[in-house]
Amino acid sequence: MLPRDRKGGSQARPYRFLLLIPLVFLALFFFYPLLTIFSISLAPEGQLDLSAFATVITSYYYRDTLGFTIVQAVLSTVLTLGLALPGAYIFARYDFPGKVLLSSLSTLAFVLPTVVVAAAFSALIGPRGVINDALTAVFDLQSPPIQLERTLAIILIVHVFYNYAVALRIIGGFWATQSPRMEEAARVLGAHGWRLWWHIRLPILRPAILAAAVLVFIFTFTSFGVILILGGPRFATLEVEIFRQATSLFNLPVAAALSLVQIILMFALMLVYTRLQRQPATELQGRVARRPRNMREWMMVIANVILMVILLFAPLLALVLRSFMSEDGLTTQFYRLLSTNPRGSVLFVPPIQAITNSFLFALVTTLIAVLLGSMAAYLLARRESRFARWLDPVFMLPLATSAVTLGFGYIITLDEPPLNLRASPLLIPIAHTLVAMPFVVRSVLPALRAIAPGIQESASVLGASSWQVWRLIDLPLISRGLIVGATFAFTVSMGEFGASSFIARPDTPTMPLVIYRLLGQPGATNYGQAMAMSVLLMAVCAVSFILIERLRSAGIGEF
Amino acid sequence: MLRRMAIFILLFLIVMPVTAQENVLTLVTHDSFNVNEDVLAQFEDETGITVQILRSGDAGTMLNQSILSKENPLGDVMFGVDNTFLSRALDNDLFAPYESPLLENVPDEFKLDAENRVTPIDYGDVCLNYDVSYFEENNLALPESLEDLTDPAYKSLLVVENPATSSPGLAFLLATIQAFGEEGENNYLSYWASLVENDVLVVDDWSTAYYAEFSGSTGSEGTRPLVVSYASSPPVEVYFMETPPESAPTGSIVADNTCFRQIEFAGVLANAKNPEAAQKFIDFMLDVPFQEDVPLQMFVYPVNSEAAIPEIFTTYSAIPEKSATVDPAEINAKREEWIQAWTETVLR
Repeated sequence: MLPRDRKGGSQARPYRFLLLIPLVFLALFFFYPLLTIFSISLAPEGQLDLSAFATVITSYYYRDTLGFTIVQAVLSTVLTLGLALPGAYIFARYDFPGKVLLSSLSTLAFVLPTVVVAAAFSALIGPRGVINDALTAVFDLQSPPIQLERTLAIILIVHVFYNYAVALRIIGGFWATQSPRMEEAARVLGAHGWRLWWHIRLPILRPAILAAAVLVFIFTFTSFGVILILGGPRFATLEVEIFRQATSLFNLPVAAALSLVQIILMFALMLVYTRLQRQPATELQGRVARRPRNMREWMMVIANVILMVILLFAPLLALVLRSFMSEDGLTTQFYRLLSTNPRGSVLFVPPIQAITNSFLFALVTTLIAVLLGSMAAYLLARRESRFARWLDPVFMLPLATSAVTLGFGYIITLDEPPLNLRASPLLIPIAHTLVAMPFVVRSVLPALRAIAPGIQESASVLGASSWQVWRLIDLPLISRGLIVGATFAFTVSMGEFGASSFIARPDTPTMPLVIYRLLGQPGATNYGQAMAMSVLLMAVCAVSFILIERLRSAGIGEF
Repeated sequence: MLRRMAIFILLFLIVMPVTAQENVLTLVTHDSFNVNEDVLAQFEDETGITVQILRSGDAGTMLNQSILSKENPLGDVMFGVDNTFLSRALDNDLFAPYESPLLENVPDEFKLDAENRVTPIDYGDVCLNYDVSYFEENNLALPESLEDLTDPAYKSLLVVENPATSSPGLAFLLATIQAFGEEGENNYLSYWASLVENDVLVVDDWSTAYYAEFSGSTGSEGTRPLVVSYASSPPVEVYFMETPPESAPTGSIVADNTCFRQIEFAGVLANAKNPEAAQKFIDFMLDVPFQEDVPLQMFVYPVNSEAAIPEIFTTYSAIPEKSATVDPAEINAKREEWIQAWTETVLR
């Protein structure tokens, strides 16, 4: 490990206090509401009552729930990484037509509400889905051969579907800046196949793999909608149980105890992770991807692209088809109906307005999350900040926190000026930022840590101002990470992650909300409109992703 | 530049004052609340009150948030607490009493609080829905009682919602509790055990049950011809069809004691900033224009007996003559126990 003492280096002191802003943000919008709701739940009369903990810890039911939560999260993480790693490799090493588009669009899966994803998968592999229909017809079967409803298998498949892009983009983004020289040297020395992976690639990629693994694990550990809708009532994660306890039963002590158990486990995991992630500064290089040179390389690229198409795009395609299908054949009527309001109801939202609302929330979320997230990453990358090891997990905690618990916290804490935000539309981007920020931190931090400090020092010795150092050295090297982080921040917000359904909202309906409303009513046109709105949601995101990528090539510059 | 802009936005977020307006009424409600724009505008014009609608998730989330914030309530009036949650609201002193003069047009069966802390606004029945064509094609008689559902003739036909996560699911569980009781050999749990033997399918939410599993909803890929839904679902299904059908694709079974009645209430929140406006709004919700608007906006029935019911509802659905009801206080006291026992019996 190279010495990387930045003290008194090019980091200008006047800016340091800025790095504390993300902490203030967390304190105000995360710890304060959360600790308040915990104290109200666990000490309703000022007297700490831990009997709920005793219930939770001694009950077989909760132990089983925890067991299942961990098992499915581990399996999902392993599967996701296993499938995404080859993908990351071809994205980092090869240039091929449609690469940028494919990588942007892979994130689309991330944005769709669970109900819609469930509909997409059922249209594809459900008992009456396309594939089963085809198989039954071809092989003349009595019953559909693929029966995955309410099984662990479908939970895992959908978890991979959702999280593939997380792993692909975080690992691929990091890999793309790693110089291939070490690998080439190893090859020359005779390392091939698994040796090359085991001794060279994986160690180099370790920080990014761990970062992706931790995110995927936390995401699947706290999985909610997928378990409820696709897993069915026989499966429950801690998050599902917290939701049940908090809303249906209003058993706040047990809900708080379960939330705390979840947070403590995640914190412990993150601590281990931050210990593991310390890494050697590796050699960075701007651009290493090249065209595949021979048949083997082309085959590898094509095989991966096919896998992505099957895994990620087939369900999305099924959804698009569904939005144009009615009893009487192909139609665009669901799209047209979206902008009509035959009942003159106040719930009606013109699609353009839902799009605008979603887009504005996502834009604000992305700006705050990128800003605060990169500040946090700097804070964590500084070697002298001893407490960074403790601080890093802290920034991840919002991901591990049950949305309904935090929503209750907001109601009781943000109710007085100057923080009278509980019924303000501004609370939505704030809540989204809490979830989005860890993505920015995780995407930027590996790149930031990999910058050899010598470069920055040389630059400042040669007379570069700290701004110039940042602009000319840091920014190009972390820009990929920033773009990945920004894409996820945007996506998190567009997809309306849980949190916002548990805070009181004035009427600023977003696209996912419109989808939920439509699916809450009977009737073919409601269902069709929900599918149409989902397709619009994907379209808005796809366009935005492409714009975000453009931002990099235009504003920050390809390096 | 980006950074400066973001800092600006952040500061703006933190210090932005909530703009004060005169005579604003804040209505706290759930995600399904709906009203015709003109009907609402008429209220605003007549009273000079501006109505702000604040939504927070489902009825349970809305209620719990309001209980947590009752000292400094989110708004002035709440709509959407139903009889399954009523006791929780009353026990927590969420509402201030208000006796609307329009209550005289409301039958007594809907008035569940003698102190008028809550006012009934609408009601609906959670009933079995069936796929008309399935039963016709298979020449199968409709089930006429809950017992019938355990008949092998109906094996693998029914999909229900989990009472722990779904409001119609809980309503159906309550109907079975009322029908079979908790005591004796043939109690509700043994009934559910026979349902399980008859391959009942349990899913977590209404949308999944209705759109994914039920075969009757138009264009559905579902395979189950019986679903727990609402008595009003068939007319709504027709209302939202692409082309008006000759006959409805689904029907509801309204036989005695097979349905559970949900009544939705409104109440003036205790400590409200604008209680006068809240009272006026409750009068408005009980008055004929709003009451006649209720069926096609929220697919429930008006409690005001003066309000006319749209033809589509009378054509394609019927109101059950004898629905199950369970005392709200008992629901509140035993909800957890019942759901727990049900979970052990059905899901384990």
